[in-house]
Amino acid sequence: MSAVTPSVKLPRLAVTGRLAFHRVLLSEWTKLRSVRSTKWSLFAGFLLTIAFPIIFSFVTRSHWGSMSASDRAGRHPLDIALAGVNVAQLAVAVLGVLLISAEYSTGSIRSTFTAVPKRLPVLWAKLLDYAVVVLVLIVPAVLISFFASQAILSSISQLHMSFSQPGVARAVLGGAVYVMLVGIFALAIGAIVRNTAGGIATFAAIFFVLPPLMFTLPTSWNNAISQYLPSNAGRQLFALQHASHTLTTWTGGLVFVGYCAAAIVIAAILLVRRDV
Amino acid sequence: MIEARDLTKDYGDKRAVDGLGFTVQPGVVTGFLGPNGSGKSTTMRLILGLDAPTKGDVTVNGRHYRDHVAPLHEVGALLEARSVHTGRSAYNHLLALAQTHGIPKSRVSELIDLVGLHEVARKRSGQFSLGMGQRLGIAQALLGDPKTVMLDEPVNGLDPEGIHWMRNLLKGLAAEGRTVFVSSHLMSEMALTADHLIVIGRGKLIADTSVDDFVARASQKVVLVRSPDLERLRTVLTGPGVTFEDAQRGALEVHGLTTEQVGDAAAGAGIALHELTPQQASLEEAFMNLTRDELEFAAEMEEAVA
Repeated sequence: MSAVTPSVKLPRLAVTGRLAFHRVLLSEWTKLRSVRSTKWSLFAGFLLTIAFPIIFSFVTRSHWGSMSASDRAGRHPLDIALAGVNVAQLAVAVLGVLLISAEYSTGSIRSTFTAVPKRLPVLWAKLLDYAVVVLVLIVPAVLISFFASQAILSSISQLHMSFSQPGVARAVLGGAVYVMLVGIFALAIGAIVRNTAGGIATFAAIFFVLPPLMFTLPTSWNNAISQYLPSNAGRQLFALQHASHTLTTWTGGLVFVGYCAAAIVIAAILLVRRDV
Repeated sequence: MIEARDLTKDYGDKRAVDGLGFTVQPGVVTGFLGPNGSGKSTTMRLILGLDAPTKGDVTVNGRHYRDHVAPLHEVGALLEARSVHTGRSAYNHLLALAQTHGIPKSRVSELIDLVGLHEVARKRSGQFSLGMGQRLGIAQALLGDPKTVMLDEPVNGLDPEGIHWMRNLLKGLAAEGRTVFVSSHLMSEMALTADHLIVIGRGKLIADTSVDDFVARASQKVVLVRSPDLERLRTVLTGPGVTFEDAQRGALEVHGLTTEQVGDAAAGAGIALHELTPQQASLEEAFMNLTRDELEFAAEMEEAVA
């Protein structure tokens, strides 16, 4: 607009394409990578996932000599290796909520739904893009965590664990799958709540407030109910041994997938029905 | 072409759009006028399918907006509310939208140059001024080379140069045969830009007319007359529905008579006239006259509620 010209002409567009899902997928990927805070959060989540097990391993190694037998028995190499999963799940959940809630808070959702007025492809594309990004980051992170912590703990035979031991590879990769599912669940929550603070609070309530609240119930109730909470069911994906009143790996995993599916269905119905 | 039939939208108890029916034709600039809060933005959201109508229907180029296979090639829209992620650059914002339709990157750069955002295209759009945000919105609206261009208050925040640019752009787009639908609460702006007007007040259609007819219909008969013998002229012209207002330098503003009536009466009485000019009400005045009743009604309602 710097030059005042008597007539302003819009250049014609040579090629005209149609709206298509693979294009929405690319568009959502552009959005994901083009906000600086998103990139940094993912990077920080990646680093913390690795940093925690490494720090934990060094602390364990240096204190091992002075630890009591019961303390030593309480240390499990897999817990150490996957200590980062707890940190990662929080970062991934917050970002999952933000990916959609920020569109509402900034108003960019209006642009998004003007380009894709059927709306649902946007939800599928966001879920798919995010799931892939989280997996691509978190699988290397848990593998690095496992091998790095084992290398640091190599001098302590009690804490030695081989990747080829039964269930170990499943638990390590299960931790990554768990974090990915947390991201999906959080994104769906964000789409339902459409508000950053509300979305994060809802997630935190389900994952961090509800489980301890269950202990206020009579023990038999708690035992029966707690294992079906999203967080407790999902955690079975990276548990090596199963304590009493917990689901098996696959049942727990499926229950958590069920929660994710339910959240996605609700999000999809609301996305189509509600005004923007 | 935009066609609305009995378009109605309620938000809770409040009826924002009330039985609107109109057609926006291609090839001309159609101004969408109404005071703030009269339902212009809501109507545009209904056209884009961002909000669902409570009743009635609206189609763009023959279909509901959402049913088009390439929506961005059908309608390019600038909404009044900000529609950009503040953490994303203008370039990436446009790129993400372009990618949904397979529009090439070169088009994004082309539009950024067209609206003069080249220098700041890689900066986070949250740092943009109102005018820069508006230009980005215009680039977004034109990205898909759309058949229909719909802009909500496009000159908001633009400097005089930008406003001039916008007028030329809109006229050019209409001349190419596109449908151009532009909302504004500034009548003077529409007088310079629009060919046709759709006027609403409190969600209802007040007028659907050409700009010329609109002014003619809404303006009162006012004649400016200059004469060495104004006193006698006053007496001659006095009659029911005729009022006078003193104008500058020995001139008189006669309300309620046409130039013919004033001229004939003066000739009949042998009064010399030095000037006889029909005064056209400005579009602003015409609009005020038309919407005054609606606004007064709204004010009364508010008082009644309070």
